Amino acid sequence: MSRLLPFFGFLLLVVLFGFGIWWNTQHDQREVPSPLINKPAPAFALPKLDDPSQTVSRDTLLGKPYLINVFASWCIACGEEHPVLMTQGKSIGVPIIGYNYKDAPDDAKAWLAQHGNPYDLVIADQEGRTAIDFGVYGAPESFLVDGKGVIRYKRIGPLTPEAIEKELKPAIAALAKEPAP
Amino acid sequence: MRDKPTQRRYRHRVLGALLQWGLLLFSSIAFAQAIDPLPFKDHAQEVRFQALTRELRCLVCQNENLADSNADLARDLRHEVFDLMQQGKSDEEIKQYLVDRYSDFVLYDPPVQGSTVLLWFGPLAILLAGAAVVIVTVRRRGRAAQAPTVDDKPNDEGDDW
Repeated sequence: MSRLLPFFGFLLLVVLFGFGIWWNTQHDQREVPSPLINKPAPAFALPKLDDPSQTVSRDTLLGKPYLINVFASWCIACGEEHPVLMTQGKSIGVPIIGYNYKDAPDDAKAWLAQHGNPYDLVIADQEGRTAIDFGVYGAPESFLVDGKGVIRYKRIGPLTPEAIEKELKPAIAALAKEPAP
Repeated sequence: MRDKPTQRRYRHRVLGALLQWGLLLFSSIAFAQAIDPLPFKDHAQEVRFQALTRELRCLVCQNENLADSNADLARDLRHEVFDLMQQGKSDEEIKQYLVDRYSDFVLYDPPVQGSTVLLWFGPLAILLAGAAVVIVTVRRRGRAAQAPTVDDKPNDEGDDW
């Protein structure tokens, strides 16, 4: 029996190795889960992209759930996500607020004019200060905020049709079941 | 032996000079990247800033720290850390500020808690287990060597590893 011990030790290492490979294919290793989920969205007040004299704040948006979608004209993955928002954005049933991240306003406007505007409202964060409060570390990112101003779901990376069906829509449906705030 | 010794010496000197210049050039590039012109109050604050940002991980290039990273976000976060320092926040408060936004991932030294027990003490546990195996084996062998051997024939059990 003790002669087989090293073999079992080896087998254990092989199993661990296999598990490691499997585990790493199961999730995106670059993804950092947000600590903000189920916490109130940070208080923000940002100007509208098309009219900087008007600001939008967390408190003015209270009452109804909405989706914040962080995008920028320089962001390549946002270009991949954009057609998905154009075709399926209306189907999710909550307003989508474009969060223009560290972008020149003119570039952002040109980008939206060229590719279409799937957003109900676009706010601009040129400095990226508020984005730090949201824990944004890359674009695109999406936050589902409920009527009480609490972040309920976050998607890091482009929203794909699959992610919308399997993650976003169920999260929105769960919100609808809750009593209105 | 084609070259005369003097020629060779000259060539070496030229090579050496080129090498020096190259090194100088590279070091200056590295230096220029590391420096973010921030108006520190004094040298002590700068040292503190450097030490703190080295302990924080950049989220974009995830194997770099905030001090070294060239990512745009890393620069923003360095400025954020700098501003918090100016507001008189302690290192712990600044770390907590970033953890609240980006989770424990930003810390190179993860805190000891339920989910990190294995990470912190796993290697020690494995080391102790290994030590225990070694001690047991050595003792057993010592006892076997002391025991009077009845027959000296090699045993065929193969249990003698």
